[in-house]
Amino acid sequence: MRDKTLILVIILVVLAGLVGPFVYSRMSTGAPWPPKLDPPPGGEKRCVEPKEYMRERHVDLLIQWRDARVRHGVLKYTASDGREYVMSLTQTCIGCHSNKAEFCDRCHDRMSVHPPCWDCHTYPEKGAATK
Amino acid sequence: MTRREFLRLMALSGFAFAASSDILKADASKTNGTAKKAAKRYAMVVSVPGCAKKEGCTACIDACRRTHNVPDIPDVRRQIKWIWTSPFEALFPEQPTYAQQLRGRQTLALCNHCEDPPCVAVCPTKATFKRDDGIVVMDYHRCIGCRYCMAACPYGARSFNWQDPRPFIHTIDKGYPTRAKGVVEKCNFCEERLLRGLAPACVDACADNCLAFGDLNDESSSVRKLLASRPALRRKPELGTRPKVFYLLA
Repeated sequence: MRDKTLILVIILVVLAGLVGPFVYSRMSTGAPWPPKLDPPPGGEKRCVEPKEYMRERHVDLLIQWRDARVRHGVLKYTASDGREYVMSLTQTCIGCHSNKAEFCDRCHDRMSVHPPCWDCHTYPEKGAATK
Repeated sequence: MTRREFLRLMALSGFAFAASSDILKADASKTNGTAKKAAKRYAMVVSVPGCAKKEGCTACIDACRRTHNVPDIPDVRRQIKWIWTSPFEALFPEQPTYAQQLRGRQTLALCNHCEDPPCVAVCPTKATFKRDDGIVVMDYHRCIGCRYCMAACPYGARSFNWQDPRPFIHTIDKGYPTRAKGVVEKCNFCEERLLRGLAPACVDACADNCLAFGDLNDESSSVRKLLASRPALRRKPELGTRPKVFYLLA
């Protein structure tokens, strides 16, 4: 048992390496999560679909809109509560969510997803600085 | 269970099965009976002499550029073309003798929205497809930039984005997306304007009414009347693609 101390040190180092990231993320005072969002400028209270659905599944809705609009030539979307919307990312969505850096990027950056929407679709100047 | 009871049960269940499948069939025929919407077949008519009268006029080309954020790239090898001009004999290489007077005239060219489009046939991702109304459109989301369609199109109506086009767009119209590096693009017969009940931007922009647009299936449409009144040419008809852009020679 000559190496007792050495083994103990190695075990401690390995443990620190495993637990460290979790401790670090607990301690670090980054941006609060989930981020606080400003209310939309137009005073609109409701999104196209309920907030919970939009938070988790907005990409599904956007893909559904894209296919309906591009491949089937449909202009209007009827929401689950019966209201109608023009299926347009840059007109309907951006009408309320007019700040890309605040609204899109904060979550996408944290989740490390980089949808290429804005390579082609144009964002209002204010939030268009990145990418 | 006796043998007699068993046979009776089998006969009854057989009846029940036959009856239920008949009912299903009747239901199916009811739902299939909905009337199908009359299909449209959009086409464009270009008046070559009318257009040639105003030499140097680019009203339609500029309108298209503005409407669809088409970049203006000086390098000819990287140019993006939706609607452009070429000498008459370049567009009609068979050079019909009755069109000798049009040789050398700058003539409009655009995607022909063929009835049998070779670009659609070769596209491996179905990014290019033909809609029910005959318009050949692109889903830029799906384009992988393989350029098979460019090789297949006999009219040179497709352009590839060799670079990010945004620096070459004078003013970006936020109502329409730009394209990204690595996708092919072409004229879409202004399907986004048709959806809102507007005529294509080039047709609206021509002050001399050299361009007409309408539905070939509608006897009272302007294109049907024009084509009935005068002889018209289509580009490279021998290829069998059946273009829907017609050229009036007189």
